[in-house]
Amino acid sequence: MGATRTTAGATAGATLKDATAIAGIGQTPFAKRLPESEKTLACRAILAALDDAGIAPSEVDAFASYTMEETDEVEVAKAIGAGDVTFFSKVGYGGGGSCATVAHLAAAVATGQASVGVAWRSRKRGSGPRPWTNTRAQLPTPAQWTRPYGLLRPADEIGLLARRYMHEYGATRDHFFNVALACRNRANQNPAAIMYDRPLTREMYMTARWISEPLCLFDNCLETDGALACVVVSAERARDCRQRPVYVHSAAQGLPAQHHGMVNYWNDDPLTGPSWAAARRLWKTADFGPQDVDVAQIYDAFTPLIPLSLEGYGFCARGEGAAFTEGGALEIGGRLPLNTGGGGLSEAYVHGFNLITEGVRQLRGTGTAQVPGATTCLVTAGEGVPTSALLLRS
Amino acid sequence: MTQMDTTTDTTADATTDTTADATTDTTAETTADTATAASGGSEESDGLLAPVPDEDGAPFFAYAARGELRVQCCADCGEPRFPPRPCCPHCQSFDCLWKKVSGRGRIWSYVLPHPPLLPAYAAQAPYNVVLVELTDAPRIRLVGNLVAAADAALNSVPPERIRIGAPVKAAFHATDGGLTVVRWLLERP
Repeated sequence: MGATRTTAGATAGATLKDATAIAGIGQTPFAKRLPESEKTLACRAILAALDDAGIAPSEVDAFASYTMEETDEVEVAKAIGAGDVTFFSKVGYGGGGSCATVAHLAAAVATGQASVGVAWRSRKRGSGPRPWTNTRAQLPTPAQWTRPYGLLRPADEIGLLARRYMHEYGATRDHFFNVALACRNRANQNPAAIMYDRPLTREMYMTARWISEPLCLFDNCLETDGALACVVVSAERARDCRQRPVYVHSAAQGLPAQHHGMVNYWNDDPLTGPSWAAARRLWKTADFGPQDVDVAQIYDAFTPLIPLSLEGYGFCARGEGAAFTEGGALEIGGRLPLNTGGGGLSEAYVHGFNLITEGVRQLRGTGTAQVPGATTCLVTAGEGVPTSALLLRS
Repeated sequence: MTQMDTTTDTTADATTDTTADATTDTTAETTADTATAASGGSEESDGLLAPVPDEDGAPFFAYAARGELRVQCCADCGEPRFPPRPCCPHCQSFDCLWKKVSGRGRIWSYVLPHPPLLPAYAAQAPYNVVLVELTDAPRIRLVGNLVAAADAALNSVPPERIRIGAPVKAAFHATDGGLTVVRWLLERP
């Protein structure tokens, strides 16, 4: 594997494949409320990630973040003591941008635009405001077609898709429970998770209050304060860092034809969302396929996104995503262990960045719910909005 | 051509030609301006959010105010498109017209929101939000509410009456803020 890796300063025809690696990860505690500001939390997570890699902050020359981030790279670079920065990028569409931050840094490093990149997410969603609680906020233009009718929250928008999915394919609430349970079981093994030591039962799920029928409380992700970061360097550099390198094998973004953010209802086929577009490119540039993925970190703002993504990323055929979750398939030891840190549903909802760091931990062999011998991992960003995904390998 | 190829299939089989009473009123832009001007606020007095139409969407609401459900179509290739936009994703023409459709459709999906919600919506929760697929243009799906009468509450149809595939017809509700929104009635109440 190592002999064929592309070097930084790539030549024509070079690919992203294994040219770069995630060399460091860092995070703050997760909680419903943290006292520190988003900027402070961002700095803590970034410095922790650099320390994990054994790289001095003054060497950082690239930053990547995604929208709905309060702190920008100017503030972060100044605070942590970065040197001259030669690459910075901000990816749109909130949770759809998580994996793209790593992809942008990988591209920058692989093409010689920078040498040490930092991606991060800092959020105070647990204690901060939510847009749909503000009656007086001006509706964004696309919302003229949805919001006045009471499709107010992401849970309502995805719930409408979920209802159709259940109707078309016989998916049931038990399938969604399978997803919630797998995430909760993993969180129960992860002391850093908000839902550590808080088991979920089927009875709790089935009797929980509705949020937007057919979605109940446990179909929804947490609201969390916290920050995370990771460091991207060339594959060569990573091999000299403190931790075992986790290579960026393939990356893609996805914005399908006729997409409309969060309400993909005007696509020909609303049940094939952005994951389908990202997946085609992701697998095209990879040396392995879905059957070779040892562990998956799939964006789980809502449980129905998992069956939809399982279909989009090719783990099963169209309409089979719900059935895929049966028989413990998403648990440790199952066909495709899922969200092994607990995911957005049960570890922390920080717009999916915890899925990236958990993917890294799994390929280092240091997960709190470790998949034995895992060498390949799929990480995805928010489905329902223009998205992104990564294939990582050790 | 590449761009055309990748977008051609998205609403390819929408049946624009089934609208026997299709009209080609291109004066919509004039009335649209009125709708835009009237939509200054994002709130109406019952607290529900009012649409804030943009330049592209304004004709839809202007026609709704006349009790007409119309869909933006390409004036050159005839393909309908939604949401409204400046040019045709199929042939890239900037010429459009607004075709009157029958107002009939079927429920493609629905959801029943429960609190926490904005206060005016919480007061009627659980209410329904339906996605209606138009009979005349199956790829055009409109978000709306299934109600017992045009001006009835958002929760005026019992949830057990709502099912995917149920035939519905458009009704028009004039909001207190001056805009008219499209609502939906069961064909067989």
